Amino acid sequence: MFNKDRWLEIIEVLTTNVWRTILTAFGVCWGIFILIVLLAAGKGLENGIKQDFGDIATNTMFMWTRATTRGYEGLPKGRSFEFKINDVQAIRDNVPDLRFISPRNQLGGFGGNNNVVRGIRTGAFNVYGDYPEIINQDPMAVTSGRFLNYNDINEKRKVAIIGQGVKNDLYDKDEDALGTYIKIQGVNFMVIGTYKKSNSGGGEEGQKEIFVPFTSFSQAFNRGEDVGWMAITANDGSSISQLKDKIVEVMKKRHKVHPEDTRAIGYFDLYEQYNRVESLFGALKAVAYIVGIMVLLSGIIGVSNIMLIVVKERTKEIGIRRALGEQPWSIKKQILMESIFLTLISGMVGIIFGSLVIYGINSLLDSIGPVDMFMSPSVSVGVVTGALTILIVSGLLAGFIPAQSAIRVRPIEALRTE
Amino acid sequence: MIEIKDLHKSYKMGSNSLHVLKGINFKVEEGELVAIMGSSGSGKSTLLNILGMLDSADSGEYTLDGVPIKNLSETKAAQYRNKFLGFIFQSFNLINYKSALENVALPLYYQKVPRKERQEKAMKYLERVGLKPWADHLPSELSGGQKQRVAIARAMAGEPKVLLADEPTGALDSKTSYEVMDLIQKINDDGNTILVVTHEEDIAHMCKRIVHLKDGVIVEDKKIEQVRAEQYV
Repeated sequence: MFNKDRWLEIIEVLTTNVWRTILTAFGVCWGIFILIVLLAAGKGLENGIKQDFGDIATNTMFMWTRATTRGYEGLPKGRSFEFKINDVQAIRDNVPDLRFISPRNQLGGFGGNNNVVRGIRTGAFNVYGDYPEIINQDPMAVTSGRFLNYNDINEKRKVAIIGQGVKNDLYDKDEDALGTYIKIQGVNFMVIGTYKKSNSGGGEEGQKEIFVPFTSFSQAFNRGEDVGWMAITANDGSSISQLKDKIVEVMKKRHKVHPEDTRAIGYFDLYEQYNRVESLFGALKAVAYIVGIMVLLSGIIGVSNIMLIVVKERTKEIGIRRALGEQPWSIKKQILMESIFLTLISGMVGIIFGSLVIYGINSLLDSIGPVDMFMSPSVSVGVVTGALTILIVSGLLAGFIPAQSAIRVRPIEALRTE
Repeated sequence: MIEIKDLHKSYKMGSNSLHVLKGINFKVEEGELVAIMGSSGSGKSTLLNILGMLDSADSGEYTLDGVPIKNLSETKAAQYRNKFLGFIFQSFNLINYKSALENVALPLYYQKVPRKERQEKAMKYLERVGLKPWADHLPSELSGGQKQRVAIARAMAGEPKVLLADEPTGALDSKTSYEVMDLIQKINDDGNTILVVTHEEDIAHMCKRIVHLKDGVIVEDKKIEQVRAEQYV
């Protein structure tokens, strides 16, 4: 393999007809280039879409109440009802394999009125009443202070964690928010922490949230036992999509909703959506591979063709070598190595060009800012190794027929070729 | 050294077959310089090809240096060719993208001699044919006579038992032909066994024995007084 003479010969043969070699190489180069760029584009699209899911635990469903659409047990249709705090325990008791159940309440919302005041500054923010577990379902980085804990819940402390966006709006640049008070709908809360969500976590809106203990929220804003909505995450091994029917059923029973009333309880299954997107990208990746490999294939046929011609041209030389005592296997190896070398080198050039294009697109995206549904296209090391493996295998395939025909030539016939 | 008994060979040409060798019996001792003569179509090249293991006989026995040559696989044949035989061709058959030195070193490469030793040995043989200063030249930069001398050096580099020369002077003018024959005679003087196929009378007379082939049989086999090529150079 690492035989100087063999390599010198390979270089010699491939450089005797430089243009032919380059044109042949181009076929393979182009194929692998297409493969890499397609995969990268698919990845970019995938990154862009997945960004919308943010860091949210994807094995999660959200559930809320709506008006009933059917009468049941003497209750009229069109009845409104609310989840209660003890529903959480009921779900936990009746449905196994759930990891987190977070009851939530919310104030404000997108485009709402100014509801938070500090000194002379005001702002409209989403205010959530939450349990400490929510940080696992809707991840955020606590940048100073701490997040909620169960002491806050049990003692109904009026404390708040504010987002970076809230801090920017209500505080001076260098001001320390910890220990200060903000007034949420007339009730004072002490700021005990600040957080920052990763850029993908709901964008700018995600930084403008305030988290307070669920119990203090209920008390301060007069929600009693009511729960606005729930975020439920299943254990890693099981899927929320399979558990959600059970959960909804438990809720229907507890709130006297007709078992066939499908509209009284609303839910959103993030996992199902996520899976749909996942399988879409799986299909996209498969298409990229198929198209790329097909294009590559035509390049490889080109290599095979050229190798056949090379063998033809070198028939006499092969005859001389065999007369001098070269083993047939050695000749075969030579042809195969030439073919692999040619495909591998041109494939690498293709990979390099592909990477350059991807790099170019990335820096373009960086300079013009985020684009909808497209983000940092890239190929992983795994894909590149995969591509190289494909190249070696295809080099072998491309060289196989020519190598076979090279050793089929009998030395006497080869020498007769004048 | 070489012993063949009742050798037959025919070629299929469509429906009829052409019987080229019709029972050849023939023996060559070590150190002989034999010319095989005959007009074209007499079977002399076929005989040489069979002797060179480039082609196989239909029937008959062939023993080379005590080793029976029969039913060889391509791999085995390549091994024997490399070990026992050196070829000199009419059209030189040098590999044109390799320098003279590399061409000479080729049989040694197939013998798996290490690169450095190979180069030294090849250089020794190039020196012997008087082409040391041309070691780095490509075949295209050499004259016909020089090319044939490189080919002779190459044939000898593997230190074979027998040198087989197929019309070694066929593509050369008479002056260079004599130079080449002079070289072949000198190599023979050192004790090497050489077979020369030729149809030129004067070249044949520079050997020590002439075997005459006609229509696939040996019609004449005689020892002769060798004419030294030196005097014409």
